[in-house]
Amino acid sequence: MAKVKAMMSRVWQRNSGNPLVIGGLILATAALVMILPRSAVGFALFLASLFALFWAKLEPRHKLVMGVISLVVLLPVIGILNRYYMDVAIQIGIYMALALGLNIVVGLAGLLDLGYVAFYATGAYVWAIFGSKQAAKFMHVGTYPLRGEYFWLFLVIGVVAAACAGILLGLSVLRLKGDYLAIVTLGFGEIIRIVLNNLDKPVNFTNGPNGITAVQAPALFGLSLGQGIDYYFIVLGLVLLVITVSRRLQESRIGRAWEAIREDEVAAVSMGIPVVKAKLLAFAMGASFAGAMGVVFASKQNFVDPSSFSFMESIGVLSMVILGGMGSVTGALVGAVIVTVLQLQILKSVSDYFSYLRNAGILNLPAQLEIAKYEKFVFGIILIIMMIYRPTGIIPSERRRLELEGKGSRGDTGTGGPPEGGKAVPTSSTGTGAAGLGGGGY
Amino acid sequence: MREIAQMFPQVVVDGLTLGFVYALVALGYTMIYGVLEFINFAHSEVFMFGAFAGTEVLLALKASGLMATFTPVGSLFVSLLAGTVLTGLLGVVMEKIAYRPLRSAPRLVPLISAIGVSFFLQDAVRLVEGLWHNAFYVSAPTLFAGGWSPSPTVRIPTKSMILILVCLGIMLGLSLFVGRTKLGKALRAVAQDQATSSLMGINVDRIISLTFLIGAGLGGAAGTLFSLQYTLIHPYVGFILGIKAFTAAVFGGIGSIPGAMVGGVLLGVFEAFASAFLGPLTHGAFGAEYKDVFAFIILILVLIFKPSGLLGQSATEKA
Repeated sequence: MAKVKAMMSRVWQRNSGNPLVIGGLILATAALVMILPRSAVGFALFLASLFALFWAKLEPRHKLVMGVISLVVLLPVIGILNRYYMDVAIQIGIYMALALGLNIVVGLAGLLDLGYVAFYATGAYVWAIFGSKQAAKFMHVGTYPLRGEYFWLFLVIGVVAAACAGILLGLSVLRLKGDYLAIVTLGFGEIIRIVLNNLDKPVNFTNGPNGITAVQAPALFGLSLGQGIDYYFIVLGLVLLVITVSRRLQESRIGRAWEAIREDEVAAVSMGIPVVKAKLLAFAMGASFAGAMGVVFASKQNFVDPSSFSFMESIGVLSMVILGGMGSVTGALVGAVIVTVLQLQILKSVSDYFSYLRNAGILNLPAQLEIAKYEKFVFGIILIIMMIYRPTGIIPSERRRLELEGKGSRGDTGTGGPPEGGKAVPTSSTGTGAAGLGGGGY
Repeated sequence: MREIAQMFPQVVVDGLTLGFVYALVALGYTMIYGVLEFINFAHSEVFMFGAFAGTEVLLALKASGLMATFTPVGSLFVSLLAGTVLTGLLGVVMEKIAYRPLRSAPRLVPLISAIGVSFFLQDAVRLVEGLWHNAFYVSAPTLFAGGWSPSPTVRIPTKSMILILVCLGIMLGLSLFVGRTKLGKALRAVAQDQATSSLMGINVDRIISLTFLIGAGLGGAAGTLFSLQYTLIHPYVGFILGIKAFTAAVFGGIGSIPGAMVGGVLLGVFEAFASAFLGPLTHGAFGAEYKDVFAFIILILVLIFKPSGLLGQSATEKA
C-alpha cells in the first residue's frame, strides 16, 4: 500500500507540471464518459481529473484556460449527449454550495448545525410559492405565477429570507454549545419541515404534503431558461461565486474570528471578538448559500414538497463537510462530489447489479430489498470511520488539523474544573466556554 | 369546553402511558450523559433495536407455540428480558467500537460518530428485517387484550397498566442499584470525577461499559414495552421518539435520574394534551399534527430559560 502511494506521488510529482499530461487526462476521461455512457466509473474519473487540474502545478494561465474549457465546453457537451450526467452535474453543484455554507457554520465557527436543510427549504419555498399559482391562494394582489424574470429577484429574496431564518435560529441557540446546539438545530429543522407539511390550513400557504407544482423556470429578457444546460450555467455561476465568497471570508478578519471562537470561546471573548455578532453572522452566511440554492432547486425540480427537506438531507450535507475536511473549502467541494456521486451513481449501480443478479436467478434476494435506498447505512459507516481514523477529513484545513492532531485531551476532569494553566486548553471542553456566555457555571 | 372536560381523563391515561416510555428512554440518555457528558445520539436507535429484539422474540415464541405454555405474563417477561439484555449488549459493543477510541477527542467528534451509529443501526435493522421477512414493518402480537373502564368515557387498557407497572418497577430497581449498591456508588463516583475515581481503584472503563449496558438495556426494555403497547414498529420509530425522550431528560435536568423520570412523564402528558386539545382550542386551525413541534418548542424553551431543568443542579455549565 505504502509502495503504491509512493509511486503515485512520484508520478504526480513528475507530471503535474505538464499541461499536456493534465489536458490529456481530462480529454481522455471525457472521451471515456462519452464512449461508456452507462458507466459510473467514467464520470467519476472525469470529475477526478478536474480536481487533478485544480491541484496541478501549472501556470495559472494554462489552468484557467483548461478549467474554463472543461467546465464550459466539455461538461455541458457530456450533459447534452447524456441528460443524466447533466442532472448529476447540477446536483453536485447544488450540494457544493450547500456544503460550503454548512462548512462556514460547522467547519469554521464550530457550531454543529443538524437542521441546515431548513434554510434550503426556506429558499425553495420562497420561490415555489410565488413562482407558481400557489401564491394566488392567499394573496389577492397581483397575478401569479410571477414571470420567470422574477427568478433573479427571488434569488436575492431567498438569500435574505434564509439569512433571516439563520439569524433567528442563531439567536435562540446563542447560549448553547456542542451537543445541545446539535439537538436544538435538529429540532429547528424538523419544526420547519413539520410546519411546511401542515401549513395548508387554516390558510393554504404551502399546500401541505402534496407540495407545490409547476414552479416557473427562470427567464431572461423573455427567454425561458428551463433547460438542463441553463440550470447548469446558473449553478456553475453561483458555485463560483460561493467559492470566492467562502475563500475570501475564511481569510478575512471575520473568518479568523470564527476559527478563534471554534478553538476557544473564552479566549476569543477576551481578545475582544464580538462573539454574538460573529456567531449570528456565521449562521446567516451559511444559511444564505442554502437559500440561493433552494431557489434554484425549486425551479429546476419544478416541484417542491416537504419530503425533500428531511433530516437525512442535513446529514448528507454534513457528511460532505466531514468527509472533505471541516473548515476546508476544497474539502467541502471534494466531499460534495464524492457523496453525490456515491448517492446518485455508485449506490445505484450496485443496486442495479444486485437486481441483475436477482433477475438472473444467481442470488435469492427478496424483491423488497433495494440497495440504492441504503444510503444511511453507507453514510453511517463513513461518519464513524472518518471520526475514528481521520477526523480531519480527506483534505484537512491546516488549522483544523493542528487542533485535532496536534493537541489532544479533552479535560476528563468532568464537571467544569478550571482549565489547567500550562496545558493547551481543549476546544469546547466541559463548561469553560459556557461560563463566559452567561451560562453562569462556577 | 364540555368536549374537553369529557376527554380529559382519557387524555391523561394516554399521556401517562406515553410518558413512561419517554421516561425509560430518557433514563438512558441521562445515565450516559451523567457519566461521559456525551449525548448518545444513537440512543433512539438503541430503543428501536430493543423494540425489534423484543418483538422478534415474542413472534418466535408465538410461532413455536411456547406462548401458550408461558402464559402472557411469562411471555412478557421472556421478551422483556431478551430485549433488555440484547440491547444492553448492543450498547456495550457500540461504546467499544464507536465511542471509546474517541473519548479524548474534541466534543464534536464522538457526537458525529454517534450520528453515524444511529444511521447505521437504522439501515442495518431495515436490511436484516428486509432480508428476513421481506418487510421492515413488524407488528407485535397482542399479549393483554382487555381493559378497565371506570366510567363510560375512560378506558384504561390492561397493557397500559402493565407498561406503567413495569416501568415503575424498573425505575425503582435502578434507583436502588445506583443509590444503594457498591457498583452504583462507583458509577456515581465516575460520573463525578473520572480521574479521581480511577485513583480510588475504580475501573473507569468497566464502569462506563456498565453504564452503557444499563442505559441501553433500559432503552431496550422501553422498546419492547412500546411495541407491545403500540403494536406496529419500523426502523424509524426511534428517531422522533428519541429526540422527545432527550427533551424529557433535559426537561427534568440532564444527568439526574429522578429528573428523567419526572421529565418523561410530564412531557408525555403535555404532548397528549397538545395533540388532543390543540384542535378544539383553535377550532381546527391547528391540530394533532403539531404535537412534535410542541415537544421541540418545549426543548428550546427549557434550554434557553432553565437549562438546568426541573431537578438538575450542575447542568448550567454544560449547556
